[in-house]
Amino acid sequence: MTGAEAAQVVLRLDGITKTFGALVANDNVSLALEKGEVIALLGENGAGKTTLMNILFGQYTADAGTVEVFGQRLPPGTPRAALEAGVGMVHQHFTLADNLSVLDNIVLGAERLWSARSDRRGARARVAALAERFRLRVDPDARVGALTVGERQRVEILKALYRDARILILDEPTAVLTPQETDDLFDTLRQAIAQGLSVVFISHKLHEVMSIAHRVLILRHGKLVAERQVARTNPRELASLMVGAEVTAPAVAPSEPGASILHLDAVSTPDRGSAPGLRDVTLDLRAGQIVGLAGVSGNGQAELAALIGGLCVPETGTLRLDGESPSRWTPHEAVQSGIARIPEDRHKTGTIADFTLTENAILECYRDGPFSARGWMNWRAADRFARGVIDSYDVRCPGPGTRIRLLSGGNMQKLILGRVLEPGPRIILANQPVRGLDIGAVNYVHGRLLEARARGAAILLISEDLDEIMRLSDVIHVISEGRLSPGFARGSMGAAELGVWMAGHGFDEETRHAS
Amino acid sequence: MRLEPIANPSMARTLVPPAAALVATVVIASLLAMVAGGNPFRVLGLIIEGAVGSRFALLETLNRATPLIFTGLAVAVAFRAKLWNIGAEAQLYAGAVMAVVLGTGALAWPAFALLPTMAAAAMLAGAVILLVPALLKTRLGVDEVVTTLLFNFIFLLFVSYLLEGPMKDPMGMGWPKSPRLIAEARLPRIVDGLRLHWGFGLALIAAGVVWVINTRTTLGYEMRAVGQNAEAARFAGIPVGRVIVKTALLSGGLAALAGFSEVSGLKGSLTLDLSPGFGYSGIIVAMLALLNPLGVVAAALFVAGIFVGADSMSRAVGVPTYLADIMLATALLLMVLAILLTRFRILRE
Repeated sequence: MTGAEAAQVVLRLDGITKTFGALVANDNVSLALEKGEVIALLGENGAGKTTLMNILFGQYTADAGTVEVFGQRLPPGTPRAALEAGVGMVHQHFTLADNLSVLDNIVLGAERLWSARSDRRGARARVAALAERFRLRVDPDARVGALTVGERQRVEILKALYRDARILILDEPTAVLTPQETDDLFDTLRQAIAQGLSVVFISHKLHEVMSIAHRVLILRHGKLVAERQVARTNPRELASLMVGAEVTAPAVAPSEPGASILHLDAVSTPDRGSAPGLRDVTLDLRAGQIVGLAGVSGNGQAELAALIGGLCVPETGTLRLDGESPSRWTPHEAVQSGIARIPEDRHKTGTIADFTLTENAILECYRDGPFSARGWMNWRAADRFARGVIDSYDVRCPGPGTRIRLLSGGNMQKLILGRVLEPGPRIILANQPVRGLDIGAVNYVHGRLLEARARGAAILLISEDLDEIMRLSDVIHVISEGRLSPGFARGSMGAAELGVWMAGHGFDEETRHAS
Repeated sequence: MRLEPIANPSMARTLVPPAAALVATVVIASLLAMVAGGNPFRVLGLIIEGAVGSRFALLETLNRATPLIFTGLAVAVAFRAKLWNIGAEAQLYAGAVMAVVLGTGALAWPAFALLPTMAAAAMLAGAVILLVPALLKTRLGVDEVVTTLLFNFIFLLFVSYLLEGPMKDPMGMGWPKSPRLIAEARLPRIVDGLRLHWGFGLALIAAGVVWVINTRTTLGYEMRAVGQNAEAARFAGIPVGRVIVKTALLSGGLAALAGFSEVSGLKGSLTLDLSPGFGYSGIIVAMLALLNPLGVVAAALFVAGIFVGADSMSRAVGVPTYLADIMLATALLLMVLAILLTRFRILRE
């Protein structure tokens, strides 16, 4: 390496090792970031990306290894030192005060503590200049609580820039954005590197990595396993490096939809806090068809899932199963009518952490034979059922008596999958079925859903990942503020067109046409 | 500092912290005994001797453990379902009142019919008392900690009214006490001539029954599911509200058996000092037992032993019996910490 090149290194991690108990989160990881460069840290969930960045930012202390920023070694475990050295981090989960204005949030913590006078005019001018320079459109006087997720992220980035960050770390920044917002973010990042900033971009979405990064570092099980120039690699290679094996996504064969099984007719539900309820939603789920529901989270997906899952009933409108409106509608009735429900949050609603696999496997059917009779549990039958699920759904675990909290997300999801698919459901409600799973598990879950479709199940797939929706769905609806778009047949709409609907446009025109 | 869960705790990790907690409790109690002017070794020796040192001491400890097993079970059942029943004291008195209502001559039945009726009626009364807070919780979201706790005071005042008024013993020389139970309404002694009544046997049976309910029945499964993750339970179709109500009925009934057993087995009549806080001590018992019904029996014996031992120690050397309360409070706090240490590792970050 020549001297000129060496001078450009702004950030250097050397031999970082971090263990949590028996788990090695980072194993001797070294990397260097150059000025004006975007590197992507690519890896599956649990590969150690976030841990590494938390060490860099001083939130964790490494067991071994050093962090150097602009040639200066950072003292371990002090986020303040990292901030002062010019490192800015935008977390996956934002750290903003909802009740304060954008300007207050940006300035918060950057002002001197004992200064009597706060220079708000100066701060406002600086924020405006930064927003202009990096194309971060946001109203400085808006309350953060009223902003969209994309806007909040801009506030986070502004916050980092306001503190003179020269190195930006973005942890899964696109997970919550619409395709347009993602484009805007990338636009901002290109501005940033053009002006000499450097960016570490953490992701597991391959096409994003390909479009924004210069260099990709692949982490697997805490180890840095490969490094590639983006210009000289392809998504396929990255995927197999990430997983450590060749991956093939299940093929989606065309299908012929059958009869309507579940029908929602002009259903509305009340708003819940800031989350909009459903507004006049009409939806048809047919046998042998996957209906995809695209949309930015918090636009009524949870309400629709709750409705079909039996957790709430329509305020107006009707829900029909095989043309009939059920007299009682509870989770129990939903399960009994053959609806398999894959919940959005497998930790909070899908499983009971301290229950064993057996206890979790029978959570929805413990009242039925053979698992219980006249109030007495039949644990032998329950164990048998759990063993069956473990075997046929490839749940990696020590045994059915293991507490489910000890399983990885993917194995937990496989158990849930087995629990709901084993009875042979007619309807499958898959709410974010692959969120947080690694590629192997994602393909497994998708394969199972496609199998169920071939068997004639009606499937509703709710996801924030547009790629997933577009790949699997026979019909796509977009949900925005509780309203449902018309159904678009497979291939009739591109991501950009769907993005327009996701942003809430298109619905108005439709009502105008109707009137 | 951060806590990191331990996936598979080793044998040492499960056993050492609780043992250390017990040792620390003894050390702290010794220091306090010294402050109170006693020789710590002698004080501790006397407590142990007073608890288990003689046949009389041992029977006294078993007698004292009896109501604690019932209230401990009541709390363990409720807490397992995250129903925070702090009202075992009121439920205990409700059971006692029922025993007096039926056992002072109102029913002239033979013992084999009268005693089960009294026990059942007592359970019903305790169940009803906890039913109201449970319904307020499930229907209106009223915090049951507040309602059950405050109802203890209301019910104790109600008992006071009964003992000064409608239930006052006309032969009681003006003392606020109920008439004595008739002979058929008294729980017999387990062995003739020894001061241990069948209430203790009933408590052991109750512990076994609760254990069977917890591990073998759908209700036990539902109660555990609701307690550990109500949201997941509701999602899976478990009727959370109904389970909480059933839990309340069981818990209130168990606490009421303590009152029945004390009146019918030990005291023979109802006075306002029937329970020196058995309802509250039941919380300590249940927590020390980690809400395990069989553990409740052991924990109740431990707690009763300390109370009884401290009483006798206090008579001998003049160190106040409050030492018992402090020892139990220390034991509870340290045990909670110890349990944390068996399941988590503390990391300095």
